[in-house]
Amino acid sequence: MSTDPRLTLVANEPLTAGALDDRLDSLLNPVLSSRRTAAPLAQTLAPLERHLQDFVLNWVEVICRTNYEMAYQFAAAAPEALKQLDPAGAEAWVIQAMDAYDREGLYRGGEVFKNFADYAALAGASVHAVGFEEIAHVLELFVCGLAGRRMKIESALHAYTDTETLYLPPRVAARATKDENFLIYKSLAALLWAQSRHGTFNADLNAACAVYTEPARALEWLNYLETVRLEAYIKRALPGLARDATALRGFAANDPRYAVLESLSATVYDSIALLAKLPLDAEVPRHTCMATLRPQEAAAARASRLAREKDELQSLLTALLEEYDKNSDESGEGDQRFSVDIAKAPSEDGKLAFDLRLDGNPIAPPDNVRNLLDSILQDLGEIPDDYLSPAGDGGVRKDKHETNDPAEVWKSVYHEGDVLFYNEWDHKRRHYRKNWCVLRELDVQPGDGGFVTATLAKYAPQVKQLRRTFEMLRGEDKLEKRMTHGDDIDLDAVIAAYADMHSGMELSERLLVKRRKSERDLAVMFMVDMSGSTKGWINDAEREALVLLTEALEILGDRYAIYGFSGITRKRCEIFRVKRFDEPHGDIVKSRIASIIPHDYTRMGVAIRHLATLLNAVDARTKLLITLSDGKPDDYSDNYRGEYGIEDTRQALIEAHRGGIKSFCITIDHEARDYLPHMYGAANWTLVDDVSRLPLKVADIYRRLTT
Amino acid sequence: MSNPMPAKITPPEKKRLQPEARMIEREPYYEPIGDEIALFESAYTSQIPVLLKGPTGCGKTRFMEYIAWKLKRPLITVSCHDDLTAADLVGRYLITNNETVWVDGPLAHAVRIGGICYLDEVVEARKDTTVVIHPLADDRRILPMEKHGELLRAPAEFVLALSYNPGYQSVLKELKQSTRQRFIAIEFAYPNETLESKIIVTETGLDTETTHELIKLAQLTRNLKGNGLDEGASTRLLVHAAKLMQRGITPRAACHSAIASALTDDPEMLRAINELASSIF
Repeated sequence: MSTDPRLTLVANEPLTAGALDDRLDSLLNPVLSSRRTAAPLAQTLAPLERHLQDFVLNWVEVICRTNYEMAYQFAAAAPEALKQLDPAGAEAWVIQAMDAYDREGLYRGGEVFKNFADYAALAGASVHAVGFEEIAHVLELFVCGLAGRRMKIESALHAYTDTETLYLPPRVAARATKDENFLIYKSLAALLWAQSRHGTFNADLNAACAVYTEPARALEWLNYLETVRLEAYIKRALPGLARDATALRGFAANDPRYAVLESLSATVYDSIALLAKLPLDAEVPRHTCMATLRPQEAAAARASRLAREKDELQSLLTALLEEYDKNSDESGEGDQRFSVDIAKAPSEDGKLAFDLRLDGNPIAPPDNVRNLLDSILQDLGEIPDDYLSPAGDGGVRKDKHETNDPAEVWKSVYHEGDVLFYNEWDHKRRHYRKNWCVLRELDVQPGDGGFVTATLAKYAPQVKQLRRTFEMLRGEDKLEKRMTHGDDIDLDAVIAAYADMHSGMELSERLLVKRRKSERDLAVMFMVDMSGSTKGWINDAEREALVLLTEALEILGDRYAIYGFSGITRKRCEIFRVKRFDEPHGDIVKSRIASIIPHDYTRMGVAIRHLATLLNAVDARTKLLITLSDGKPDDYSDNYRGEYGIEDTRQALIEAHRGGIKSFCITIDHEARDYLPHMYGAANWTLVDDVSRLPLKVADIYRRLTT
Repeated sequence: MSNPMPAKITPPEKKRLQPEARMIEREPYYEPIGDEIALFESAYTSQIPVLLKGPTGCGKTRFMEYIAWKLKRPLITVSCHDDLTAADLVGRYLITNNETVWVDGPLAHAVRIGGICYLDEVVEARKDTTVVIHPLADDRRILPMEKHGELLRAPAEFVLALSYNPGYQSVLKELKQSTRQRFIAIEFAYPNETLESKIIVTETGLDTETTHELIKLAQLTRNLKGNGLDEGASTRLLVHAAKLMQRGITPRAACHSAIASALTDDPEMLRAINELASSIF
């Protein structure tokens, strides 16, 4: 411990250029060369105050773990940026850049670092600023209510939408109170929703603007006109919001030139037509609740959505057709049997009513068909004939989007079946990496059922013992005597009470018996390590343990599920179904247990997140997540091994705990003491040091855990 | 025990209505959404029990009251809970004045008087209740009362109706096939917009414009079903909100108390619904 005042003084003094040079040189070494040294960076950093220097060095170190070039670009941009941004703004800036890098690569990430000036607007009045993270979930629900489907909400520098995802700024600090800043967020979300709902992108906006000398300026004007049109719509559909927004702005835009856009039937084409009449070189009006237009991104998202929906609609119509033909005696002829009648004018909420007809007769479409038609109608304003011709043979075209290349999965749309995305915790950034892990749920292929029989024979005496112990645990009907309410009269109590009464004592009210079934309201999820390191006898012991455990659990009648986990890299995380909660313990489950084989690595965080989601869907008073593991979290490349993996796993367990799940880990790793208490908590793990005893121990541990 | 008390059993009074049974004297307000009235009447004359399916607050209980009024039969409603046993339905011995007295449960009572027995949310009840429901619900139409040593035969006027909310996700709250296949099922859904608006206006006297906005909000919350909400706002909640508004509560406050807080406890969902409400009102 040091009390020397000089030392504390030194600690607060700015670092010299030399010291900074050394530090940066060692951190950024891989991207430095004889022509590109750390010296110029150090020169610009040297005049900064010490806490700012620390801020920069700290983040350089964090970003290095992801990408050295990004770290270099950050260090280069930071001195100028820190003059304009306050610490909260600067952090938003860095996180935004890292998100852009995670999502779109080095070029985009670097761009965010260079454009720090844009973030200056986000800074200021930090006490009343509203951050994206705070409100993202509320707004997601809000938009889901408006749209009737889940739309993703992400953060980006400028508000815009590609019609699938709404992008909102990372921070809003334009106003002096939190409520007002939130209202800006809310208005932006509603506006973006209206853009996608009311056909802003139905026209080719780029082509419409290309005829002008300054297309970019024309697009800005078009954006303004669309805002006017959609605000008029919002005023009709959401009058309360419109009122609040007008109050916030302090004035109501009321320009007679735009009156045509405020009518019920106005479309994006009216805005485009109006564009020709405007003096485009004039200043474009702007206000805080305005978004931007990105026609290209919207067009791409729209095209992929239409292709997907066309496929889906065609196969659904085929199924519908089969159903109708089965039920009616005469089957119709001709290719074009479906048709759609669309109402001429939209109703007040802007929806177009429509009737689906089959061979000219109106039919009531099932909900999924109706929703699809509605969605296509939103995009196109009509249902083209080719959408209505059912798919060829039985409409089996669903697997079109199936792709096995993880890199492809990463690029393609989020709507693929069977593929799930999970966030991952980066403890250095103290933020989640969004949709970082790609997870698939696979079935364990049933194998040799003989293993189970052999195991049961091998442990025959112990199994008998096990059964007896667990039978004793089983909740039996209990007859509770002397109750105030119950099914029957407790004669003993009545007689005693009668005697009491005659001897002048008070009459008891507890004269009934009640039959109570003590129920174990418990759901337990077993998460089994299927990583490559379990190969050999550990795997055997795991499987034997599961065989004995399922025997015991069947006696108890607890609800349980067994899933294995493994994977290699974040793009291929795999969860193997051995037994689902609603599956009976039958031959299939037994043969799946037998064929649990070691796979790749142990990326635990994503597995816990997924299994916790499954467990949360079960209705039980107590929910348990028990992990059978042989070592630390580990994955191939991207730094998962070590602290990062441990911290991510810990975070995933904390998330599970918040959802009311208790977690426990059974491990055979002798070094578990070093990291398991940190992940699971001091009392929530146990070490089985002799692998051969694992099979019997697991059931025993389970018994102790649940009584 | 020198003088053991002889258990004397008094015969049950046959035609006295118990408090839970009631005659519906005045016509309850009910808007049919389909042919459910005709269906129920046919089931009644054919002596088939009826299963009412539908989300909460869509008018199942009101429908039963209406039917009871129409058929002029007493209605006995049992709200099932997870501790409701067969004995609660059939009856039990009670002790009064040194005697054990048999008291009919609501189901037995309904059978005796030939009333309508309506078991609300039957999946909530204990599993042993099916034992007494099954023989009543097929063509035997009998109610065995083991403890009392009596076998009740249901008169032609008796009808059994269950309600059941298929929206529950839990496997435990499923109605067993052996039970459900004894009933004819009438499906209830939220009424369409025009009908819902008519109901709210008739029930509360709220003006049509505000009613229209209220229904719009209900639709937005129904959009959230499955995305964090188990159920959207029911017609009943809308009626509550409308009543509050009629009493002078501001629409935003009324929606907060009658709709948002009633639907969820989750703070973010609560906020989202409030934001939806404040966007409309």
